Amino acid sequence: MSGASLPQACAAMLRRDLTLAWRRRGDLAMPVLYAVIVAVLFPFALGPDLALLQRIAAGVVLVTVLLAMLLALDAMFASDIEDGSLEQLVLSPQPLAPMLGMKILAHWLATALPLIVVSPLLAGMLHLPAAAMPALLLALLLATPLLSLLGAVLVALTVGTRRSGMLLALMLLPLCVPVVIFAAGAVAAAQQGLPWLAPVAWLAAALILAVVLAPLACAAALRIALDS
Amino acid sequence: MTAAAAPPLLEAHRLSFHRQDEPVFAPLDFRLHAGELALVEGDNGSGKTTLLRLLAGLLHVSEGRLLWRGAPWQREACAGEILFLGHQLGQKLELSPRENLAFAAGLHGRRDGITLDGVLDEAGLAGYGDEPVRRLSAGQKKRAALARLLLQPAALWLLDEPYANLDRHGIALVNRLLERHVAGGGAVLVSSHGAVGFHGGEPQRIRMHA
Amino acid sequence: MASWIPLWLHKLGSPPTFYRFAGALRPWAMGLALLLGAIGLYGGLVLAPPDYQQGDAYRIIFIHVPSAWMSMFVYAVMGVSGFIALVWRMKLAEVVAMESAPIGAAFTFITLVTGSLWGKPMWGTWWTWDARLTSELVLLFLYLGVIGLYHAFEDRRQGARAASFLAIIGVINVPIVHYSVTWWNTLHQGSTVNIFGHSKMAWDMLWPLLLMTLATKAYYVASLCRRARTDILALEGGKDWVRRIAEDEATP
Repeated sequence: MSGASLPQACAAMLRRDLTLAWRRRGDLAMPVLYAVIVAVLFPFALGPDLALLQRIAAGVVLVTVLLAMLLALDAMFASDIEDGSLEQLVLSPQPLAPMLGMKILAHWLATALPLIVVSPLLAGMLHLPAAAMPALLLALLLATPLLSLLGAVLVALTVGTRRSGMLLALMLLPLCVPVVIFAAGAVAAAQQGLPWLAPVAWLAAALILAVVLAPLACAAALRIALDS
Repeated sequence: MTAAAAPPLLEAHRLSFHRQDEPVFAPLDFRLHAGELALVEGDNGSGKTTLLRLLAGLLHVSEGRLLWRGAPWQREACAGEILFLGHQLGQKLELSPRENLAFAAGLHGRRDGITLDGVLDEAGLAGYGDEPVRRLSAGQKKRAALARLLLQPAALWLLDEPYANLDRHGIALVNRLLERHVAGGGAVLVSSHGAVGFHGGEPQRIRMHA
Repeated sequence: MASWIPLWLHKLGSPPTFYRFAGALRPWAMGLALLLGAIGLYGGLVLAPPDYQQGDAYRIIFIHVPSAWMSMFVYAVMGVSGFIALVWRMKLAEVVAMESAPIGAAFTFITLVTGSLWGKPMWGTWWTWDARLTSELVLLFLYLGVIGLYHAFEDRRQGARAASFLAIIGVINVPIVHYSVTWWNTLHQGSTVNIFGHSKMAWDMLWPLLLMTLATKAYYVASLCRRARTDILALEGGKDWVRRIAEDEATP
């Protein structure tokens, strides 16, 4: 008999979830499409005033990406619950937290990364100055995994409930306030020509903490939500 | 070492589980030794599935005691020794049986000298190994799930309705697997409505009451 | 060490004992809340002199400040009992945590409403994105999230454990929100509001405020007792002691 080692199990988890995401790639386009639609609506609602659009561009892109991620978050464990794979994961001899970490990573790669890729396009449509683009991309690269990690804990908590996306939004809002503040703060500072590394460093610190703690919290939440 | 000297694999004393403070089934007492098969019997709603999920560690024991190899049940102690197969098959519909098995092997490990092709052949899925599970029939999906019994190492099998959706050959396959597992020193708990054609001796019966 | 404390707590933790204890405590707590509230309001609204800067408008603090304190105090109670509920799976702790949430949400809501009523004459606006206000708003969302999650589960005890977990996450979150909004305000050069910066409070204003604080605490205890009793009856519905109570009340 040969048991599976943790790195092997992590690789298997990552490979399976990415394969699944690829086989359902129609679903992957949805958040991106949603983000594009929302970002396009803003100039129509506010008028094509260049100065105004420049001022709000970064904030609009951040909030749009956040909402698009929220849309996809609900599905993180949904199919695993339905077909019983989540039970098998909980029962496997592997520690649950790193396995969930891999699931979150796969989910981030499949949903947030495409959003980051289109975000320069969105920012360009809203006339964000090119000088602020690196700050926006870096802020998104740090803020989106943070949101995936925090969101995963909350999704795990709602796993045993009747599905409700609104509840998830209500629960996530308090947690994402600081993330939005620091990410938008970095871009705003870059736009004004001020140093913007400090808020980015805070985001990075928060991300490191979340990478360690969120999978553990997610595992604990999942055990609570499955126990009935 | 005789069977009497070794502590039973699984031992329950006045075991019960409560949902909303209501006991789901009447307190149970049983012992399951290595090399034994036990049938969980009861009407619909008598708590058979709940019992299996409880023994697998998906639920918390509400009252009574559960021992694993003579020591209080702990998740860490029996991780990897229990194989639970429930109503939900744990098969990803977008993946093929082979991909599903490869993932299960990555997570739970695999027995020595076992190849995925061999497992698929024995489960009666030769030629279907690379079809998405979505396109298989209900019986074939069940076989794809049962193939994990051949693949994964585990001392105790907890099987919830393993005969559901299977044809005559599928039922024979399950019986063959059960006999081989028990003969090899494994233990099995099976819940089933139908009669079990098990030829490895008289099985223990665990009778459930709501 | 007094060894009777854990024993006493253990006894109180059993639902029938708590049911009787809460039933006995409730009228006293409610009476105390009404008495202190009446004296405090009389002292605050009638006896205390008008403020030299704010005139009579400041008198809303006799509602606003005690509610604000309670909004955080109740959250702390919810967090601690939620922790106990998760670690020791104690039914009473689940009840206390979950029945505190609506009371705390009400206090938070009152704080926000009175704060914006006060803000209009003082700052010329109903709302400002100051760290304290924003934290209070986030606190309200946390309360609503906890209540929503609790009710989303079919199994109430499981819902209580999940919502307790969310409450504990919130305990970590609130200081982070407060800190980040402060940082955000300095970045945006926002209006800095300093409520008590201008003076030390006169005794005439202080004693009604302290009485009101005690009154809200007593009200919380009374309200919690009542809610927890109802909840315990619902949770323990099938047990003998509940049946005996029902029989006693049926035969006057």
